[in-house]
Amino acid sequence: MLLSLEPRGQQSRLMLWCSPLLAALLTLACGSLLFIALGHKPLPTLHTLLIEPVSDLYGVGELLVKALPILMCALGLAVAYQARIWNIGAEGQLLIGALGGSALAVNIIGMDSRWALVMVLVAGTLAGAAWAGLTAWLRTQFNANEILTSIMLNYIALNLLLYFVHGPLRDPAGFNFPQSAMFGDASRLPLVFEGGRLHAGLYFALLALVAVWVLLQKSFVGFQIKVLGLDQRAAGFVGFREKRLVWLALLISGALAGLAGVCEVTGPIGQLVPQVSPGYGYAAITVAFLGRLNPIGIVFSSLLMALLYLGGENAQMAMNLPQAITQLFQGMMLFFLLACDVLILYRPRLKLRWARRTAAVATAGAL
Amino acid sequence: MDIDLLSNILFAMVRCGTPLLLVALGELVCEKSGVLNLGQEGMMLFGAVVGFIVAFSSGNLWLGVVLAMVAGMLLSSLFALVALVFNANQVATGLALTIFGVGLSTFVGAAWVGKPLTGFEPVAIPVLSSIPLLGRMLFTQDLLVYLSFALFALVAWVVLKSRVGLIVQAVGENPDAASAMGLPVLRVRTLAVLFGGAMAGLAGAYLSLAYTPMWAESMSAGRGWIALALVVFASWRVWRVLLGAYLFGLASILHLVAQGIGLSIPSNLLAMLPYVATIVVLVLLSRDAVRTRLYAPVSLGQPWQPGH
Repeated sequence: MLLSLEPRGQQSRLMLWCSPLLAALLTLACGSLLFIALGHKPLPTLHTLLIEPVSDLYGVGELLVKALPILMCALGLAVAYQARIWNIGAEGQLLIGALGGSALAVNIIGMDSRWALVMVLVAGTLAGAAWAGLTAWLRTQFNANEILTSIMLNYIALNLLLYFVHGPLRDPAGFNFPQSAMFGDASRLPLVFEGGRLHAGLYFALLALVAVWVLLQKSFVGFQIKVLGLDQRAAGFVGFREKRLVWLALLISGALAGLAGVCEVTGPIGQLVPQVSPGYGYAAITVAFLGRLNPIGIVFSSLLMALLYLGGENAQMAMNLPQAITQLFQGMMLFFLLACDVLILYRPRLKLRWARRTAAVATAGAL
Repeated sequence: MDIDLLSNILFAMVRCGTPLLLVALGELVCEKSGVLNLGQEGMMLFGAVVGFIVAFSSGNLWLGVVLAMVAGMLLSSLFALVALVFNANQVATGLALTIFGVGLSTFVGAAWVGKPLTGFEPVAIPVLSSIPLLGRMLFTQDLLVYLSFALFALVAWVVLKSRVGLIVQAVGENPDAASAMGLPVLRVRTLAVLFGGAMAGLAGAYLSLAYTPMWAESMSAGRGWIALALVVFASWRVWRVLLGAYLFGLASILHLVAQGIGLSIPSNLLAMLPYVATIVVLVLLSRDAVRTRLYAPVSLGQPWQPGH
């Protein structure tokens, strides 16, 4: 018996949306096998991982706190990926956003005006955009591959952040810990509810969601971006300016990642620390693909990813499983998604070997 | 700068360039066959963790090396399945492989972080090792470095002189023509991907068993990505891969040089150097789009299915 793939001749819209679900289910199935291999009962482990963390209102709030930076980064990545600009640099752009915002925030700790927060947020967003702008400049001016440059800029950003928290931005009264002073209250994001940690970054994320949706689905620029992604030459023939689109897509991408970063330091963290991001920028890559580069899809996939982060922490505390389970599931999910995507263009067929041979003989006979 | 310092720098340059050389040789063969595998970083890390765990548990370093290569091949076979059989986008699949490999290695290695291991020690080759400068640089290294010299020679011979090299190149330049000539395109590509996986696994083992004999999460620190840039830098030519690997090795040990000549620069800033160097090199070499197009394998990164 043989599994063969038969071209459908067109995209299956059903599979386009079923494939992410299928990928998530396969990840869970594979994860269960892994738990069995490690000597844990699969169902209780999945419960600890995926249900327990969100079984109360506080948990749901935490889920949103984790989902916000992932959502903002992934929305930006979706814009770039629609244009087939492979920005892998969301992590670095997020870190530089956090760094840029913090550099201003620690200098205006005493300022007692609501403009303090506005200035810090703008500084972070612009810093993130500028960091992505470097990638855009290298690509448009020097034709340098954006995958490699944006990855390298991630490592540079991390080292820059480490340099600043160990050096110029370190809290002088902080017993030599590598962290900045706590920001002033005026430059902290207000909470949405009393009692939780959910912060006003939520509104920015919703705003970003609407903006990216309008940009991609309703605007002419969004159309140009998609055409560039589908066929670079066609975009050139109809006179779309490629360089301008590359700049635009990367700047939007970087601004959103920078905003995510500055919201983290002005929101839940309250100061600059070396561990601003547990890989949100990398997770956003998986999230963007899993959400089919569609803003609405990305909302769901970022919630799923946030759940994995929460569940990973919970599984570590409750069952002493390595927290890296989050990244492991992330990778598995993206892999399964790409594998399942084959079903969008192809139909799987089980064939018996003899049937194939008869078919071959028949074809030969016809010739 | 005295001669001892210089000879130490050259020694460290080769040590530091070795993992880059190994990964880049694997990726070179892979790209020659027309496949762009961005999963090097993931395969390298998985190789590093498997090599460490096996060597630590069994007490046998070479068993660790062999199984690290098997581990790299295992991951690369996943890439081959999704990217070559299912025809998924190679860029996305490679990214998935890296994300998966980073997660898997961190997960598997969680209990092994910081455990001590006696790794490969330098072995001086009699007579040759007493040559000034070159002796310390080339003939007082550990066995895996010598292995990398041998593998370089092998890959150089295969790529430049052998029939196999021609087949790989034909498949990468024009898969349709190669297929029409009766060459098994997908099989050649799969084997090239597997070779790349084995080399990445070996490079990982070099990191966790010789360079710094221990396991730490994400210990490859972007070397898999630098190796990808290295192949572009080398314009897909094997001698330039060797040159590039050692140049990048030099860039990553510049803190030694800085200390040697009495400069004090914060270590985090110096740690950026290899990444900055990578960007600079990419800029210098990619500026001329025609040149890149001239040297890159024509079908690089393009999906291909038999019978179209």
